Amino acid sequence: MKYVIIGNGIASIGAIEGIRKVDAENEILVIGAEDSPAYGRPLISYLLAGKIGPERLALRPQEFYEKSNVSLKLGTRVIAIDTKKKIVATDKGETLEYENLLIATGGIPFTPPIPGSDGADVYNFTNLAHAQTLISKAKEIKRAVVIGGGLIGLKAGESLFDRGVEVTILELSPRILSLAFDENAASLAGTRLEEVGLHVRCGVSAKEIQRDAEGSLKGVHLTDGDFLQCDVVVIAIGVVPNYDLAKKSGIGVDRGIKVDDHMRTTAEGVFAAGDVAQARDLLFREDRVIPIWTNAYNQGFCAGKNMAGRDITFTGSLAMNSISFYGLPTISVGTVNPPEDDDAYEVAAFLDEKKRSYRKLVFHNDHLVGYVLVGDIDMAGMYTAFVKFQMPVPEDAKKQILAGEPDVLMWPDDFFKDTWNPGVVEPD
Amino acid sequence: MKRVYPDKEYCIGCHLCELACITAHSKSKDLIIAFREERLKDGLDSCKKVFEKGDTCVAISCRHCDEPSCVAACISGGLHKDPETGRTVYDRNKCVGCWSCLMACPYGAIKRHPTESKIIKCDLCEGREEGPACVQACPNGALKFEERD
Repeated sequence: MKYVIIGNGIASIGAIEGIRKVDAENEILVIGAEDSPAYGRPLISYLLAGKIGPERLALRPQEFYEKSNVSLKLGTRVIAIDTKKKIVATDKGETLEYENLLIATGGIPFTPPIPGSDGADVYNFTNLAHAQTLISKAKEIKRAVVIGGGLIGLKAGESLFDRGVEVTILELSPRILSLAFDENAASLAGTRLEEVGLHVRCGVSAKEIQRDAEGSLKGVHLTDGDFLQCDVVVIAIGVVPNYDLAKKSGIGVDRGIKVDDHMRTTAEGVFAAGDVAQARDLLFREDRVIPIWTNAYNQGFCAGKNMAGRDITFTGSLAMNSISFYGLPTISVGTVNPPEDDDAYEVAAFLDEKKRSYRKLVFHNDHLVGYVLVGDIDMAGMYTAFVKFQMPVPEDAKKQILAGEPDVLMWPDDFFKDTWNPGVVEPD
Repeated sequence: MKRVYPDKEYCIGCHLCELACITAHSKSKDLIIAFREERLKDGLDSCKKVFEKGDTCVAISCRHCDEPSCVAACISGGLHKDPETGRTVYDRNKCVGCWSCLMACPYGAIKRHPTESKIIKCDLCEGREEGPACVQACPNGALKFEERD
C-alpha cells in the first residue's frame, strides 16, 4: 500500500486531502480505532446538548472516500509498527505493508489519580461513545460534577446542563479557561455560565470520589472539605499525546512524536500529525504539542503532500480557539498571556462588562502576536492576518488596531496586491 | 479557476457590489424588497465587505483560496474544497455556528449571520448565469471575474 494512515480524525482528513492534491491515483488506507466514520470531535458537545443529531457528525460524506479512493478499516487498532520492514500489525491479526505511513493517533484523556475514579459513572468527554453514554444517562440522573474548567470541561458541563442535569464544574486554578484565555475573558464566560444556572467553583478540585458498598457513585469530596452529591463525574483535565505505539516501535518521542519541518518522524517513510505530534510553533520557533483542531488539519495536510512526494515546509502551528458559551462568543489566537516581566511585550485591553465585550491585543515589539475577543468577534480574521502573516504594525496602523478596526488597507502594498489582485497589469 | 479580484485603484467605495450581492442572494431577487424587507426580516447580508481609508477603498469577499484556512478550521464539515470546481463550498445545514472559520480566515472574508448561528460567505453566485453579481454591478471595473492562475 502506497499510503497508510493510522487514525481517523481531522489530521487524517487533512492528510487525505493533502495526498490527493499531489497524487490522484494511488490507494490510501485509513485504520481507525473507533467504529464510526471520521467525526468532528468538538461536535460531541453539540450532540450531547441535543443541538445536532448523529447524522450531522460525519466530517466528510461517504462519497468523499469513494471519490478519493480511500479504503477504511475501522474498529481496528494498530498494535505494532516495524519501521525496517515497513509493515504495521493490527489487533485483528493482519499485517499491512506501507510505503508512507502517517501516525495520527491524536490524544488520550489525562486522568489524574483520584481515589474512587475506577468504576462506573466516571467519564471523559473526548469521544463519541462517551457522549452517547451520557445522553442515555442524562435522562435518569440529577447531578453531575465536571472536573476541569478548560474548554472540554465547560462544554461537557454546558451540554449536560442542556439535558436537564444540575452541573458543578471544578477548576483547580483560580480561574476557568486558564490556558487559552485571560482573567477578564474567563470571568465573562464564567458569569455567563453561572447566569444560566451552572455552578462554577475555582481553586478547588476533587479529593476523592465516594462510592457505596456496591460501588455506586455517590458524590465527590472536594479539597476544601465540601461534599457534592452527584450521579456522574466527568473528568476533563486535558489530553496528552497518544504516542505509545510510536514509542514502542522505536520512533523518536519527546512530549509528543518528534517531527521535522516536513512532519517526518525519525523513521524513514513515517510521518506524524495532529495532537500526537510535537511540531514547529509559528510564533515561538520551537517544537511544541499544540492539540488544536486547525493545527491537526494543517499538519495532516502538509504531511500528506510530503508523503506524496512534494517538498513542503510546515508553516508552523498557531494556537487558536473559538468557542461560545450560551451565545457569548469567545476567540483566542496566538500568545494571550505573555510573560509579565518581558518588556518586549505590550498588552492593550478593553473591557466593557455591561456590553459583555472584551478585546485584548498582545504586541511583541512591533508585531501583533495574539489576541482575545469576547462578544464582538466579527473582526477576528483581520487580527489573525497580522498574527499569522507576521506583518509589522506601524504606529498609525496600531492606533486603528487598538480601536478595534483592523483592515486589509493596513497591509503592506505589495502583500496586498499579491493577495487580492495578483497578476494585474498596472496602468502607466 | 475564475475568481473575483478587487482593485483598490478603481474602487470608489459606492457599495453597489453589496447591494447586488444581497439582491442575488435574496428570495425575491428584487433590490428594494431585499434591502427593505429581507435584510431586516431574514438577516440577509452581503458577502462583501467594503473597507475605506481616506480616498482608498476596496471591496473584498472570499478568495476561494487554493488551501483555505477556513476548511482547516471547520469542526463540522460545513466547509470543504470542491476539487472539481476549485470553489470553497459552504454547507449551511452542516454548520453549527462555532465561528472557527471566521477566526481562522486571515482575509476577514467570513461574516456571522445577523440572526442565526450560520455564516455568510461568497459562493461566487453559484448557478447565476451572468456570473457574480458584484462584478456585474461594479460601475468602475474595480471587480474582475477572471482566470489568472
